[in-house]
Amino acid sequence: MMSPEKSIDDLSTEARPVHITVNGTPGQHSVQPRTHLIDFLREDLGLKGSHLGCEHGVCGACTVRLDGQIVRGCLVLAVQTDGRRVDTIEGLSDSGAIRDLQQAFIRHNALQCGFCTSGMLMAASELLEQKPRASREEVREWMSGNYCRCTGYQAIVNAICEVLATRQAARIEGATA
Amino acid sequence: MKAPAFSYARPGRLADVLALLEKHGDEARLLAGGQTLMATLNMRLSEPALLIDMQSVAELKGLQISGQQLRIGAMVTHSEIEASALVARHAPLLAQAAPHIAHRAIRNLGTFGGSIAYGDPAAEWPACLLALDGVVVARSLAGERRIAARDFFTGLYTTSLAADELIVACEIPVATPGQRFAFDELARRHGDYAVVGLAASTQWTNDAFDQVRLAWLGVAPLPMRSLATEQLLQGQRPSDALLARAVQTLRNELPAEADLTHSAAAKQHLAGVMLKRSLHKLIDSAASTSGLHALAPLGRGLG
Repeated sequence: MMSPEKSIDDLSTEARPVHITVNGTPGQHSVQPRTHLIDFLREDLGLKGSHLGCEHGVCGACTVRLDGQIVRGCLVLAVQTDGRRVDTIEGLSDSGAIRDLQQAFIRHNALQCGFCTSGMLMAASELLEQKPRASREEVREWMSGNYCRCTGYQAIVNAICEVLATRQAARIEGATA
Repeated sequence: MKAPAFSYARPGRLADVLALLEKHGDEARLLAGGQTLMATLNMRLSEPALLIDMQSVAELKGLQISGQQLRIGAMVTHSEIEASALVARHAPLLAQAAPHIAHRAIRNLGTFGGSIAYGDPAAEWPACLLALDGVVVARSLAGERRIAARDFFTGLYTTSLAADELIVACEIPVATPGQRFAFDELARRHGDYAVVGLAASTQWTNDAFDQVRLAWLGVAPLPMRSLATEQLLQGQRPSDALLARAVQTLRNELPAEADLTHSAAAKQHLAGVMLKRSLHKLIDSAASTSGLHALAPLGRGLG
């Protein structure tokens, strides 16, 4: 965090130090105020899993998690995440937390070119946590913020609905076992 | 595109935000959730010299009941409102409207105060604030003032907020037992800006409409109420004939303006559809909770 006594000139556009925990690893970095989170992740940290599509908050390809919640990475400045936790598709997939979701995407052909896929997985992962009993209609509403130009969406919704059902069945089995 | 170069500050105290705002005037922009501002920066529609990020200012956060008011801190996010038991109980209209706002990833960052300050005529919160007769609490170094929602929105993206002022919170009278609400909107895709939307509130007195407030979004250059239609409904018990007259009155009074996808005539028509649906919702929720027996089934045509 920037300490108040180390005051920089109010109108300086220069890079400044930030402390951001990315995928569980805390790090000290230097960023210009104008740099949004995705440029920082991709260009400075080399994490190319988050994609930059429209760059004005419409397409959802840049979806990442900030303090656990999904956000549009292109609508957040890297300096805004100073002192906070950022999770990207790299961290989420390495953790194994969405392996079933990834497998379901493959089984259902829920991706073709793959450009939207990391954003889709990030968005769906929060849905699985927040609304474990979501209906198909709720899945469609939740995922409405992510564009896919290949699949026509049905396969994506099918894959997510299957994981919801499988996880729910596993929970019931776990509870009765 | 990439945003132009600017500076950035994240003060921890409201007084420091106000001091920076006063010092830099028009060169500075307040950053709340940034879900509109960041897009305009990336498109270079806005080129401030300094962004003042308010995320660390505790005074701008939190939802609370104080007296007969629900106080919504300016930095409260759409998702917080969506999930709040306090809101569901004391301002159910907001709970109904929240899921219509953009998409989850945007609701997680976008704020109530930001939406009110921006005053987008197609956004949900300005219309809700009007329908609920809410108040904007504004602060500058000179002090605090309270602005009624009906005086706050003055034109396209224009409000009565002064250049050195910011929104601290909004206050909404808590729902009374006799009050009923309906929120609905038409959008091309879930989460898109509304083609036409309606935030409605009424008291239900002696099985009749009372103190109806109908606030429209997506229709005119600013969120606005349809006062003639409200007046027509005042004190009236619901009937097919009343609803038909209300739709007619609305279509005559609403100054609908065309947008990229819909003509003014289409909007006027759709507003009538929206009104009829919403009045049915109000009537149904009154009937289901107040044991309203005498009501004949009303026609459900979409015209």
